[in-house]
Order: sequence, then structure tokens, then C-alpha cells
Amino acid sequence: MLVEQIAVFLENKSGRLAEITSILADNDINIRALSVADTADFGILRLIVDKVERAKTVLRENGFTVGKTQVIAVEVEDKTGGLANVLQCIKKAGINVEYMYAFVNKTGENAVLIFRFEKMEQAIEHLQKGGFTILSREQICSL
Amino acid sequence: MSVHYWEEEMETLPRVGLESIQLRRLQHLVHRVYKTVAPYRRKMEEAGVRPEDIKSLKDLAKLPFTVKDDLRDNYPFGLFTVPLEQVVRVHASSGTTGKPTVVGYTAKDIETWSNVMARALVCAGAGKNDMIHNAYGYGLFTGGLGAHYGIEKLGATAIPVSGGNSKRQINIMKDFRSTVLLSTPSYALNLADAMDAMQVDPKSLSLRVGIFGAEPWSESMREEVERKLNLKATDIYGLSEVMGPGVAQECLLTDRGMHIMEDHFLPEIIDPETGEVLPPGEKGELVFTTLTKEAFPIIRYRTKDISRLYYEPCACGRTLVRMEKVTGRTDDMLIIRGVNVFPSQVEHVLVGIEGVEPHYVIVVEREGNLDTMQVQVEVSENIFSDEVRVLENLSKHIQQEIKDLLGVTCRVKLVEPRTIQRSEGKAQRVIDKRKI
Repeated sequence: MLVEQIAVFLENKSGRLAEITSILADNDINIRALSVADTADFGILRLIVDKVERAKTVLRENGFTVGKTQVIAVEVEDKTGGLANVLQCIKKAGINVEYMYAFVNKTGENAVLIFRFEKMEQAIEHLQKGGFTILSREQICSL
Repeated sequence: MSVHYWEEEMETLPRVGLESIQLRRLQHLVHRVYKTVAPYRRKMEEAGVRPEDIKSLKDLAKLPFTVKDDLRDNYPFGLFTVPLEQVVRVHASSGTTGKPTVVGYTAKDIETWSNVMARALVCAGAGKNDMIHNAYGYGLFTGGLGAHYGIEKLGATAIPVSGGNSKRQINIMKDFRSTVLLSTPSYALNLADAMDAMQVDPKSLSLRVGIFGAEPWSESMREEVERKLNLKATDIYGLSEVMGPGVAQECLLTDRGMHIMEDHFLPEIIDPETGEVLPPGEKGELVFTTLTKEAFPIIRYRTKDISRLYYEPCACGRTLVRMEKVTGRTDDMLIIRGVNVFPSQVEHVLVGIEGVEPHYVIVVEREGNLDTMQVQVEVSENIFSDEVRVLENLSKHIQQEIKDLLGVTCRVKLVEPRTIQRSEGKAQRVIDKRKI
């Protein structure tokens, strides 16, 4: 149920994001979702890709610091309140969101929310009880 | 563990006796250089001090310092105190920043040097039966030949392998069963890497002790060398202006520092700013006066090395004062808002934080009238997190530790790996953008 996400450390320098995406493209790696968290000094690029190990290896070979974390992908209908419903469920369970980002799939009917929670196992339990659809990496990549 | 000495009487002499020998030798030296070396005489006259003013060891402080530029100004042989026909050998520094500095030795100087080096070897636990692998460079550099003569004096077997060609070195270690390794600590790590590449298990070798010096190295590097080469790593100190290797050596029982061969080399610690002699135990610049050298004696030579002296008795029984592992150079000392900061202190903080690698650069700037210090630290995978909070806490933690140790607030900037130049010889640790 957990999806592997890779994270890359970025110094705030121009061209770094372009460099990473080119490396991934050159290695035939498809980015399914991405977000950048930034501070005054540095940024963290989070990516969901189709070939996790390959992406990690090529980025490392190019001198980047790469980490791997587990996140949860929840599919909701792309309409008003989609995200709010998920967050209500999590709030009731008393779980904190570390970070999140979202994307809309090709057909535009559904949205995929990527979450990193403080308590991952508990979050899954509550989301399942609440009837939400949790996606695997394969499902995300085939969207 | 039984302790061995090379010259037991001198090495274990009660300090009162040692100090009286030092004073007698110092007085003799000062008279001699005053008479024979014009530049020394001139400097003493300018300072208004005469040889007969040296009545106690404390009077040493009345004498002017000698600095590297004095050697350059008198290049090549201007500070020698004997005619050249009595000089049997010269050595020279590489002279990366100007003219090389040249030092000379009489036959008696070589004998003295061999003896202090033999003392150093025994102090590190070596003996007659050892097969000593000397990977210090042979040539104008004092390391190779200096150590070599000590090995022969001791009666051990010298392998004069010199530096370079790691593969051959490792084959020799294997075939000759080298028991003691002499090299720079960074070359020792090179050898460890080469062993790894050749799939030679250090445990299959006979190495027991390493005697490493000629460049500054940290305690964490010592642990790494010991682990990778499966030996006990000891620290040796020396510099060509004073003699060469064998000025000081760590014994096997010391809890801090290297024994200085004090009957030949008289140490002081001074404040590098004011030149004042500091009390025992305080950190400052190490200054040496040679007491027995003939061809090239030196008075109050400022080494620019930062250390401190411990006069407390050592478990090994030697009464010779110990000097702390050199922790930095006065050349790298930064004064930030009036506080003395050494890059090695920053390194110490970083090494102490789990997962942080000591790859860093200190950037100093002046904003308005205020100095600012930024420490750039590489983010390795061990400390990387996909959460901003975790990385920000790490920066804060490093900042706090530096503040606690140095008393200076700095900004910590996390940078991508390999953006900081790797240490190949001398790493640039400081970028000072202040225009003072």
C-alpha cells in the first residue's frame, strides 16, 4: 500500500532542477508526480517515478544526495471537497501531515494525493476504514 | 605492558635535573650564535639582550623569535654556525611559497638526530627485531632519511621503500613481513584503499604499529587508519627547521600528546598575537629552540603549529613534556568578532555529529562592521531527509554546537555533496571575503 518516493537534496542554485529532469529523461525514467519543498538555503525535490532503483542510481552517479521514503497515494474524485474529506478523516484520527502534494490524472476525473504522515500505518488503517482508495506504485504509473 | 626506552636516563630524568641541563645548553648556544651568526647578533642587539642575560630558562623569553622569513632572507647557508666543510648533509623544504628553506647538519647533528629518532621508534613500541617499512619520501625532505638513520641506529631492519607505488609497497609488506609502518597518515589511508583493491586483508599482514606524521590529522582519522590497517597508530612530530622527524613522539601509554625530546629541543607556547609566553596547559603557538644542534641551531623558532604542553607525569615513566596533537596552524586562524577560530575546531564539532562528514568550508564576510561566519556542510545520504524540518534541525544543531565550543554564532548552510573540494594535500577550508 505504500508507494516509494525518492527525494533529492538541492542547493538553491540555478539549473539544478533542469539538470535532474534531464538526467531522468536521458535514462528513460518517467516522472509521475513531483513537488519541491524550499527554504532560504536549500530545497528538497520529491519524485514519484516509474523506475525507482534506476532513478536512484543515475542521480547518485551524477553526484546528488538521494533518499528513499514511503508515502501514501490516495485517489479521490476531482471535485470540490475531495481533499477536505481525506484531511477530515486524518484529523479525526489525530495524525499529523508531514507534507503532501497532488496531481490530476490524464482523464481529469480523479486526483491523486500524495501524503507523508507522522504515523504511516495508522493513517492507512483509518483511510481504509473511511473507504478511500489507496493506490500502489503500479497503479499510479499506469494512470 | 613493559616499557622500553632508548636512552632511559635522559628520558626519565627528574625535571629539576633536566632543566639544569637545558639551561646549561641554552647558555652555551646563545653565546655561540651571538659570536658566530651575524643575523642573530643583530637581532639580539636590536632587542637589547646579551648572552649573559640568560640566567634562567625563563630568560629565554627575552630572546627574539626566528621566523620562516629569517631563513629565506639568509638563503641558502646564512644561518649556519659552522664552516661548510663541517656540514655533512643539507635538507630543504619544498618552498611552495617562495624560496626553499635550507638546513644543514654536522656529523654530530646526524648522530643526535639518529638517536632522537631511535628514541621515537622505541617510544612507539618498535625494537631491534622489527622490519620497518619507511614510506616517508627520501630526498631533500627530512622524513625519509631522518627516519632511516633512526631505524639503523636502533638496529632494526630498514626497508627504504620511500613514497609511491602502493601496489609494490603492499607486496613488500606481505613478502618481507613489515611490522612497523612509517608514512604520512593520508598515505596510510591510500595504502588501505590499495589493499582493498588488491583484495589483501590487512589482518593477513604483520603490521603492528604505525608512526604517522608530517601533516595534521584528526582523532577520527586515527581511528580510520587503525581500523583499516589493523595496527596501532601513533603520532610523530618534527620539522626540518628544528631537526626533522623525531622531535616528539607519542608513547603507547599516553593519554594525551607526544613526548618532546626536551634535552635537545626546548619548547614554549606563546600567544600568536602578542608573542607572550603562555602558562603550561594553555593553547597557543609552539616555539622551539634547539639545544644541541651544531650546524643549524635555531632560537625561538615560530612553528605556526597550534598545540599545548602537558608537564604532568606520564604512565610510561618518561619525564619529557608532552605536546598535544597539533590541532591547527596560526596561518589558518581566523579572528571573528574578536574570537580566535580554528577550522580544526569546526571539524571537531562536525566529526562529533552522527552521520556528518567533515567536508566543510568556512566563509567569512563583513557586513557593515560585523564579521559573519558561514559554515558550509555537505549533505551526505546518512543525514539527508525528505523532511525540511529534519534538515533545519540539523543545521540548528550544528550551529549550536559551534556556538558552544567557539562562542561564535555562525550560519550553517547545507550544500550538495562534492561541492567542497576534497583534501589532496592542503584542503582550502577557509574563504575570507573580508577586506580588512
